[in-house]
Amino acid sequence: MGKGKTRDHLGRPVVAVTGMGVVTSLGQGIDDNWSALTSGKSGIHRITRFPVDHLRTTIAGTVDFLFDEVPRSAVLTEKLAELAAEEAIARARIGTPGDFPGMLFMAVPPVELDWSVKRELYEGGDITTADPYDRMIDSAMTLNSADAYEYALYACVAEKTADRFGTRGAPISLSTACASGATAIQLGVEAIRRGDTDAALCIGTDGSVQAESLIRFSLLSALSTNNEDPATASRPFSKNRDGFVMAEGAGALVLEDYDAAVARGAEILAVIRGVGEQADDFHRTRSKPDGSPVIGAMRQALGDAGIGLDEINYINAHGTSTPENDKMEALSLEAVFGEHVKSIPISSNKSMIGHTLTAAGAIEAVFSIQTIRSGVIPPTINQDVADPSVTLDVVPNVAREAPVSMVLSNSFGFGGQNACLVIAASPA
Amino acid sequence: MSDNSGGNSARDVWVTGIGLISSLGEGLDAHWQALALDEPRVGSVDTEHFAPFPVLPMVPLQLDKQIPRKADQRQMEPWQRLGTYAAGLALADSGLAGDLERLAHMDMIVAAGGGERDVVVDGQILAGLGGAENPDAFLNERLANDLRPTLFLAQLSNLLAGNISIVHKVTGSSRTFMGEELAGISAVEIAARRIRAGGQGEQFLVGAAYNAERKDMLLSLALGNTLWQGAVNSVWERANAGGGMVTGSLGVFLVLESRESAEARGKSGYARLGPVLSGRSRREPGQATAVARGQIDALRPELGDKPVGLLSGATGVAAATLEERSLLEALVAEGTVGPIRATQSLLGNSLEAAFPAQVALAALALSRKGFYRPADPTGLELEATDVPTQILATSWGFWRGEGMALLEAID
Repeated sequence: MGKGKTRDHLGRPVVAVTGMGVVTSLGQGIDDNWSALTSGKSGIHRITRFPVDHLRTTIAGTVDFLFDEVPRSAVLTEKLAELAAEEAIARARIGTPGDFPGMLFMAVPPVELDWSVKRELYEGGDITTADPYDRMIDSAMTLNSADAYEYALYACVAEKTADRFGTRGAPISLSTACASGATAIQLGVEAIRRGDTDAALCIGTDGSVQAESLIRFSLLSALSTNNEDPATASRPFSKNRDGFVMAEGAGALVLEDYDAAVARGAEILAVIRGVGEQADDFHRTRSKPDGSPVIGAMRQALGDAGIGLDEINYINAHGTSTPENDKMEALSLEAVFGEHVKSIPISSNKSMIGHTLTAAGAIEAVFSIQTIRSGVIPPTINQDVADPSVTLDVVPNVAREAPVSMVLSNSFGFGGQNACLVIAASPA
Repeated sequence: MSDNSGGNSARDVWVTGIGLISSLGEGLDAHWQALALDEPRVGSVDTEHFAPFPVLPMVPLQLDKQIPRKADQRQMEPWQRLGTYAAGLALADSGLAGDLERLAHMDMIVAAGGGERDVVVDGQILAGLGGAENPDAFLNERLANDLRPTLFLAQLSNLLAGNISIVHKVTGSSRTFMGEELAGISAVEIAARRIRAGGQGEQFLVGAAYNAERKDMLLSLALGNTLWQGAVNSVWERANAGGGMVTGSLGVFLVLESRESAEARGKSGYARLGPVLSGRSRREPGQATAVARGQIDALRPELGDKPVGLLSGATGVAAATLEERSLLEALVAEGTVGPIRATQSLLGNSLEAAFPAQVALAALALSRKGFYRPADPTGLELEATDVPTQILATSWGFWRGEGMALLEAID
């Protein structure tokens, strides 16, 4: 356990946020992102990274302003994380460059060899080798490239990030699908509560918009095909929503033991008051029809935070814009909060930045904190046709000024992943 | 990072269930027979389909025994079937299978790589790209037409955990760590820390699975020239002859449980899981040794006065294996370490599953009050003379990551 005296309702050390950083298709850094988000601007655009012939969806929230050439997914994923983490660490004024005094919990997308790499290996191989994989394997051994090798490994992005920032101990690379960013924060919270570390760098990052990843989600009918006007394609909770929009970005948080942070004179940006999680055993991509795992995860987070339902004054929804998710999330919110839910503003950042997949939970935690700090709730844009089955106040189209001191942030993912965070302005 | 396991015995971590399947067999008896009783030898070796690399395939399984619904089996790729099967064995072994009340609160940490690609589709696309007028458009068209939707789900790293939730009803928290051997080390470490802390979980299902019969993975590993070619021999022999690892299929899950939770339901354990230590280095010469030396020093207060048996996770990759060997020789010379066994000589490397398998085998040996037979013509692995009461399990990843755990007999 931590050395200080501040404890939560269960006698545990309190977990403060002292730094945060973000990159999305709207830009790099919190200031640029926040001014775009609060003015209802969308970062979704036509895909130019690769040709879109034969694709049903041709729009995305890719981050295209970092590299001149098209980077490999893992390279972009690492760069996004680096920029978000640099901003977070600079804000926290913790450690010294290359020496972060805490652990690293990092949500990264699953690694695959990019098609560009496979093509290069295949074309560089022996044309008399009949089996294409044998041909690439021969070529791989001849190539003997440390760079190609390392970026094919699952541990690589987190290892390189740990090298760069000098985090302590073994880095954790994790994947819980679209809940990953929230899971990274949960792991950091748990480690600080255990007293394993005074500080944690928690990152969610995703730079994996490629033709194949897009096609895979298309095959599951998960993506919006509203290609004509990209900025209006992501319409969480609206009646004419038709799927999510793939996107890229990274969010990073510096978490600290509250007393340790206060002792070093750090600015406390927020407190992670509670975390909750419950796996779903119903189906690989669909939630249990009664919403019980989602409901359970939210209730656990509220219970973990030790707060009453009426203390939540903003909900940062998962709100993907798929028919299924938003229906389930609305139903579950109504089950948890009852009639009171109608008086809580709820918005989905994904209406503007798209679904940043592995990064979403971390990015949205950053925006939740910014909501608390600024007293401005970013809207859910593209609310032209209300869904009569959704009776939530989704802060339609226009940002709203309102005091916010306690946020519930939801993240749900394929594979039955449900993770919720309760983020507050102060420890109690 | 220290992992203080002493002090509060109610929060001791016990291994109360093990599911283990590999090229050597299914279940604990088969592994004990193959590794402790019989003349040591590898199981069946496939030298043909993945040449020039030998791989150690999984023994045949009756999947229906642990994955009763064919519909579930069809939704999984082989690595997920292996993991889901091993998880079922572990739950049954711990007496928790079907105990819906407890399973609903059981926490899960899975170490996973990624999904398996459809190498036939990949191959057809690669063969066609060269002659295509517009290669990028060709790629899009073929992927859109040829990829199977279920494949995508099989490719998500967290879908082993997802399948375990569906098939076995484990629905507490669900975390999936990625990143080769280190993912397996961290999975065991964090589960143990959460149990010891109190308030972060009582019963955990922790493990991983690896299917070695995959050219897509062999391609990634070949990029680093990490793979052994030729007859399968001990990791120590391989390290002396240029080095290389042999990959082996393996599924392993552990039920880790607080002592008080186990005792409350009348369950004993195979072993007590002591400190689990993870570390990292950039693998410049001597760095991994320094990490492991630090781990030994951290564990020293917990070690008894006689040399401790050690299961080495050496992979056969030359630099790391030779460096670990030098360290082990020094630890033997100073009387810290006793008999050494390199489990990958017979099981191959199962990446994310390697360290959980080490923990499983250490717990098994402690519960059987014996040790495994040496399988090393180079003279490092010596006969064991005493019944072990403690066993160290190490894992140095083929690329990075150094882990160590201490397991102790429960008496």
